[in-house]
Amino acid sequence: MKVKLTFLLAAVVAMVAVLSACGSDGGSGGDQTFRMNLTAEPPTLDPALIQDQVSSTVMTGLFEGLTRNEKGETVAGMAEKWDISDDGKKYTFHIRKDAKWSNGDPVTAHDFEYSWKRTLDPVMSPPAPYAYQLYYIKNAEKYNTPDSGVKVEEVGVKALDDSRLEVELENPTPYFLNLTSFYTYFPVHKSVKENPKWAAEASSFVSNGPFKLESWQHNDSIDLVPSENYYLKDEIKLQKVHFVMIEDPNTEANMYETGEIDWSGLPTGNIPTEQLAKFLADKNPELSAPATASTYYYVVNNTKKPFNNVKVRKALAMSIDRKALVEKVVKGGQTPAYAYVPPGIRGTDKDFREEVDGNLFKEDAVEAKKLLAEGLAEEGMTAMPVFEVSFNEGLHKQVAEAIADMWNKNLGITVKTQTVEWKVFLQNRTSLAYDIARSGWGADYNDGMTFLDMWLTGGGNNDVGFKNAEFDKLIKEASTTSDQKTRVDAMAKAEKILIQDNMAIIPLYYYTSPHLVKPHVKGIEMDYKGDIDYTRAYMEE
Amino acid sequence: MIRFLLRKTVNIVLSLFVLATATFFLMKAIPGDPFMQEKNVPDVVRQNLIKFYGFDKPMWEQYLVYLNNLIHLDLGMSMRQQYQSVSDIIARSFTYSLQLGLVAIVVSIIVGIAVGLIAALYHRKLIDKLAMLFATLGIAVPNFVLGTIIQYYFANKFRFFDVAGLNDPSDFVLPTIALSVLPIAFIARLTRSTMLEVLSADYIRTAKAKGIGSLTILIRHALRNGLLPVVSYVGPMTANIITGSVVVESIFGIAGLGKFFTMSVSNRDYTLIMGITLFYAAILMFARFLTDIAYALIDPRIKMMKKGGGGHAAG
Repeated sequence: MKVKLTFLLAAVVAMVAVLSACGSDGGSGGDQTFRMNLTAEPPTLDPALIQDQVSSTVMTGLFEGLTRNEKGETVAGMAEKWDISDDGKKYTFHIRKDAKWSNGDPVTAHDFEYSWKRTLDPVMSPPAPYAYQLYYIKNAEKYNTPDSGVKVEEVGVKALDDSRLEVELENPTPYFLNLTSFYTYFPVHKSVKENPKWAAEASSFVSNGPFKLESWQHNDSIDLVPSENYYLKDEIKLQKVHFVMIEDPNTEANMYETGEIDWSGLPTGNIPTEQLAKFLADKNPELSAPATASTYYYVVNNTKKPFNNVKVRKALAMSIDRKALVEKVVKGGQTPAYAYVPPGIRGTDKDFREEVDGNLFKEDAVEAKKLLAEGLAEEGMTAMPVFEVSFNEGLHKQVAEAIADMWNKNLGITVKTQTVEWKVFLQNRTSLAYDIARSGWGADYNDGMTFLDMWLTGGGNNDVGFKNAEFDKLIKEASTTSDQKTRVDAMAKAEKILIQDNMAIIPLYYYTSPHLVKPHVKGIEMDYKGDIDYTRAYMEE
Repeated sequence: MIRFLLRKTVNIVLSLFVLATATFFLMKAIPGDPFMQEKNVPDVVRQNLIKFYGFDKPMWEQYLVYLNNLIHLDLGMSMRQQYQSVSDIIARSFTYSLQLGLVAIVVSIIVGIAVGLIAALYHRKLIDKLAMLFATLGIAVPNFVLGTIIQYYFANKFRFFDVAGLNDPSDFVLPTIALSVLPIAFIARLTRSTMLEVLSADYIRTAKAKGIGSLTILIRHALRNGLLPVVSYVGPMTANIITGSVVVESIFGIAGLGKFFTMSVSNRDYTLIMGITLFYAAILMFARFLTDIAYALIDPRIKMMKKGGGGHAAG
């Protein structure tokens, strides 16, 4: 009987296999479908509520702002042209006549005014977490603050008529045209007023980009199809974009191998660490790992003894072998960081990092040991107390252990490493309840300011307790002038104060965005911060 | 019987209430909140969010509000998945977990009992030893290892199946195997040991002496008693399997309930944490409730002990 059962099972398995082989063919060739993994369900597809990369990856296909990015340049989007006042504080955007929503309605200046004010409404339901991305606009922050007395009419965005949108800014912001391509600046259709849950289902979803939302199987998959109302619809070759939500990197790897997805890895997927190292070593032609404008660093509690001493902080920073760290531990083609602003961020004419020297300190174990002794003596201590490096789950553990080893070897100190649950970790970091902790920061927009203004005294993301009047002055200078050269100079000086003079944080490496893409997939662009634009992609026959 | 059911129902409701209360306060006691991200939001925005969700109110008031909604069967909106209600999320993902779970349960019970029965009938023969070897392996090999291996070979290497998803009937095969190997092994061992015990009992010998056919003995007399421990195992197992396995769902990319157990906590999605916990508890208790009834139906001895019982003993 057992034997018969086995036969039966084998027969069933074989039959199913044959059937499934007939039914579903991954098929590249003429099928213009691009498939990739999001890893998780997007928390939202409402431009006002987005704050994560999974959602924004889907949004890239669905929406278009006043401007958009093409090959690293900001080009006209919903606005065909714009005028900027001499003081750099007033922008007038001219919306193109053929701009349409996916339901055929025209996109007007009023839509933008409505959308931005909706995002800034302090009692929006729920309130927009990224509302502060709009704070460049005059009175935006005040209106977003309840009981500030500032009314909605005072916010600096106004539709003069259907095609002209006037935007007034708090300060001249040279990168404002880059910001208008960012998802918080995307418009929403006015019908969302009547249907507050519009963004949760495909049936009620209206967008203005190259694609429209065909289906959203929650937690399973999302399909986009081209919008027949998009003004550049002739540029769109894909017939479908299929997103899956696979958590497990090994499953993602299997799906890439079998051709169930065409893209694996960042920005929204993951290549298993061991495989990535192997692909890099083998120079796998489907793999690339471009630099991404993000920095991996350690925050040091500047308010706690002995880390309040700059020599101690310098000693720690100088006794880490970053080359060994990226090559032997992280293994994703990253580059060692000796400054904070990563490559890929714009300077005056070229890359910020090309214009401003990025070697703000040197690794030197002997000098480090000397500095440590001096620093401890200044604090009235004879030996370095045992301290803790904390981090959240992931590869951070291996990184911390490697660094703890280097510190032990080079400085003769003992370090404890501690994995902390994500939200507890964040809470500890924000409330300065740590010694040294892992941190990472990526660009929100293409300007050095996105990395520097966070270290202002009392800043919301200043998780180290750094206070420096000179630094604050330079940041203020850079954010109130429109002359790019002056700005870059001020930012360069500020960065030097932060790293070279104070070592308020310990830079470790600049991120890369390793990903695999099938050879028949063409025309996908990855930008300076590792986001991808698949809207102009196509499948080669 | 009615009093028995009534008492059980009251028990379930009371337990759920205690659980809801405990979970609510424990969950609020862990540090962190839904709005914390790698990049902190400015204080203004944070305050707007706190006010919107009522986190500025005293804890007891938040609790009473939650309880009041709960009584009206309103589990609230997810704090992470915008514009999605907790009941929608649970209903949707439970559909996946339930489909897969039911298949796995049926397979587990049939295969498990069959293997156990065969092993018992061929006691100490080669077939028995093979079956028990399989059962030991089934219990020893964790399902994430098994899942990964069968996925790699049958989906990636030999391409018999899709790697992930639950779109075609064939997509059920691999996750079902991963889910049911452990329960099969368990049920097989249980069945075998109780069957061995039952088969050597006096009443079976009596039946044999009366000249009743061995198949009739096996099915009508032995199996009935031999299955009691299996029934008590199947109840909680059912609850466990249909509410979704974190590991198996993650490996096979199934949009089931499993992932939300950990995800809702790490996101501090308070409403979803509460919803998932209560839902899981309700399913578990309901499964136990059914087990009790099944027990009462199969084993007349149970009924004798209940005062309101009696009546028609089945069979």
